[in-house]
Amino acid sequence: MSTAPSDSAQPVLRLSGITKRFGALVANDAIDLTLERGEVVALLGENGAGKTTLMNILFGHYVADEGSVTAFGQPIAPGDPRAALDAGIGMVHQHFTLADNMTVLENIALGTQSAWSWRFDRRGARARIAELARDFGLAVDPDKPVSALAVGERQRVEILKALYREARILILDEPTAVLTPGETEALFRTLKLLVAKGLSIIFISHKLNEVMAVSDRVVVLRGGKVAGERVTDETTRQELAALMVGREIVLPQAEPRAPGPVLLELTGVSTNGEGTQLDDVSLELRAGVITGLAGVSGNGQGAIADLLSGMIAPSGGTMVVAGERITEWSPRDALARGIARIPEDRHAVGSIADMSVMENVISERYRDPQFSRRGLVDWHAARAFAEKLVRDYEVKCPSPDARIRLLSGGNMQKLILGRALDPQPVVILANQPTRGLDIGAVSYVHERLIEARDRGAAVLLISEDLDEVLRLSDRVHVISKGRLTPAFARGERSLAQLGELMAGHGMENAA
Amino acid sequence: MDAFEILFTASFWVAAIRIASPLIFATMGELICERAGVLNLGIEGIMVAGAFAGWVTVYAGGDLWMGVAIAALAGAMFGLLHGTLTVPLGLSQHVVGIGITLLATSLTYFTYRVVLPQVSSPPRIEPFRNWAVPYLSDIPILGPALFNQTPLTYLAFVTVAVVAWVLYRTPLGLAVRAAGENPAAVEAQGMSVTAIRMGAVMVGSALMAVGGAFLTMSAFNSFFFEMVNGRGWICIALVVFGSWRPGKALLGAILFAAFDAYQVRLQQITGGVVPYQIFLMMPYVLSILALVVMARRATYPKALMIPYQKGER
Repeated sequence: MSTAPSDSAQPVLRLSGITKRFGALVANDAIDLTLERGEVVALLGENGAGKTTLMNILFGHYVADEGSVTAFGQPIAPGDPRAALDAGIGMVHQHFTLADNMTVLENIALGTQSAWSWRFDRRGARARIAELARDFGLAVDPDKPVSALAVGERQRVEILKALYREARILILDEPTAVLTPGETEALFRTLKLLVAKGLSIIFISHKLNEVMAVSDRVVVLRGGKVAGERVTDETTRQELAALMVGREIVLPQAEPRAPGPVLLELTGVSTNGEGTQLDDVSLELRAGVITGLAGVSGNGQGAIADLLSGMIAPSGGTMVVAGERITEWSPRDALARGIARIPEDRHAVGSIADMSVMENVISERYRDPQFSRRGLVDWHAARAFAEKLVRDYEVKCPSPDARIRLLSGGNMQKLILGRALDPQPVVILANQPTRGLDIGAVSYVHERLIEARDRGAAVLLISEDLDEVLRLSDRVHVISKGRLTPAFARGERSLAQLGELMAGHGMENAA
Repeated sequence: MDAFEILFTASFWVAAIRIASPLIFATMGELICERAGVLNLGIEGIMVAGAFAGWVTVYAGGDLWMGVAIAALAGAMFGLLHGTLTVPLGLSQHVVGIGITLLATSLTYFTYRVVLPQVSSPPRIEPFRNWAVPYLSDIPILGPALFNQTPLTYLAFVTVAVVAWVLYRTPLGLAVRAAGENPAAVEAQGMSVTAIRMGAVMVGSALMAVGGAFLTMSAFNSFFFEMVNGRGWICIALVVFGSWRPGKALLGAILFAAFDAYQVRLQQITGGVVPYQIFLMMPYVLSILALVVMARRATYPKALMIPYQKGER
């Protein structure tokens, strides 16, 4: 059931018939959206459904090809962020728009004082920020440089920026994508407070549980169109998921299988390097087994991923791969021994943004005879391989020559998955393989990982998402402060017990 | 006189400050451009153009300050061209910068030949004269060095103070620094990245041209080919040396100029035993060393050299 706004109450924001094309792609197709005072509307949709484009039009980063935006009854000039700001619209971008070389105060007050003033009024800005921080429970130190802030704090600064300009409408684009669960809770409390003070909020997300938790009404986008609109209290996660994806999604569940031989074994391994390092870690990866590694990020997951992918060598203990004790260890050695890597950060590590799809898919294997002839790259073979991966892994991509940065997150991850799995690796390192992906892509990645396991590969799944770890893994370790618990079989420990271990309680006698 | 005593002579410091003055102008100009996110490699050519524009204005009968203004205007025009190509059109800042340097240099020599077709040695003008600040110029060593110079040198120091004030104490400076760090932050606050960067490149280029004009209107009294002689490139290094901070860049300029003044005097006292090229090399070798030490911890503007396209994904 949809809620049509009554004629008497004027919506604070109304988007009518917004259409935006990028070349042949219709990113937004005649979208209508209204926002009432004191309401939280969730804009739900998969990656590429057009959510961010729509909000960028609203905020003036893009100009719509058709349609209009009115706020508080007044039309907003298109293509001018200043007009949106002046109309009382504030936006918290997915990628924060903060200047790292300046302080919190400077970032918040940027652009709010006359550019021709001979002096920047620091005192006035400080007083106002202190007042807002108190009123809305957004504690930040105004004199701290932004570069020294944690992600959650940066987001508070972004919200303060909007409030400082007296925003009455706040748009949050995927605000929880970079937050820890604790920070997410804090954000939700802030949003409740904002609404209580009369602000209206558009909350963009692809996470169903968050949408259910914070919104009053949900508008679902699919393929650039409004696929449906629901009052949150009258709908279910299942219904929203189906609207979002256009079909029923069932996340795959791994059936247990008989474990095979040990393919990779760490015994008492320690590492040296930056960040949390491994301390006396023992781990067995067996053929046909998905081993899950649960933990709060920053507890040594990076070190174990670096170790398996050959970026660092153990500083103590022994590492045995396929029965052979490792003495020399580099990324090339790891690849040569059939260890496939799905890196945590697909943008920074997993791909080279400005190189083509074709170049990216052979980047680990360009020296193989398959892709090289007498020291020259065999581009025909590379193109054929890229086309095969695009087909086999259902990647939506214009051509193998397209720069990989043009792919959406889900498609990029499918391509990286294909690159890793195609050579039939014996060990698969999957580090946060579904972070930031929508539910359709998540289910696809999970299916492929289970498939690889069934083929006899050993999979190490590193994830902060406890649900994901428990659903896929045959065995689970908890990592905390660079140490590992012994392996638990599926179902041996409850969610609550694992949570305790993740927080670092009772690691010593976990066995 | 031995090598150490030179450091305590007034004439050495007078020369050092004089040599530093054009570098200070041009370094401030480059610093403004880079703080806004635009590397301006047109600096060398813009200095040549400024040197000529200022000098030819006076030669044609203009007032000295008129010459400075015309030089600044010429610089701003090249800045406008550089900015148009690199900011709204987003072309490679390296290629455009080198192009501007070649264009400005060649256009200057061409114009020189058109204006003065028949001369073999360039005519002279009456340059800026030293103006001693009462009392302060009587301080030993420091007095003559800092307070008995031409008005353009004083202007160079004033420029540093103004640039530092604007960058750190005004809303405009905030916007310039943000544009060089994260232009998206500027746009999200409703300001135009294009306007800020264009403005910075034009003002910066004007200062570079005034730096060039100092050579023909204060340090010398005539215009020669090759007289800028790589000073622009030195200023690029001085910006890095100064970690993109006006005060530190000023120190860098004075340090480099002191090396230069020192090597000239060393040449004289060693009397031909050591090849003079060694001395000529010294300021450059020392600046490379200083760069290595200083620039390692420098935090450069993060959006430097990255064109900003509104709404690009």
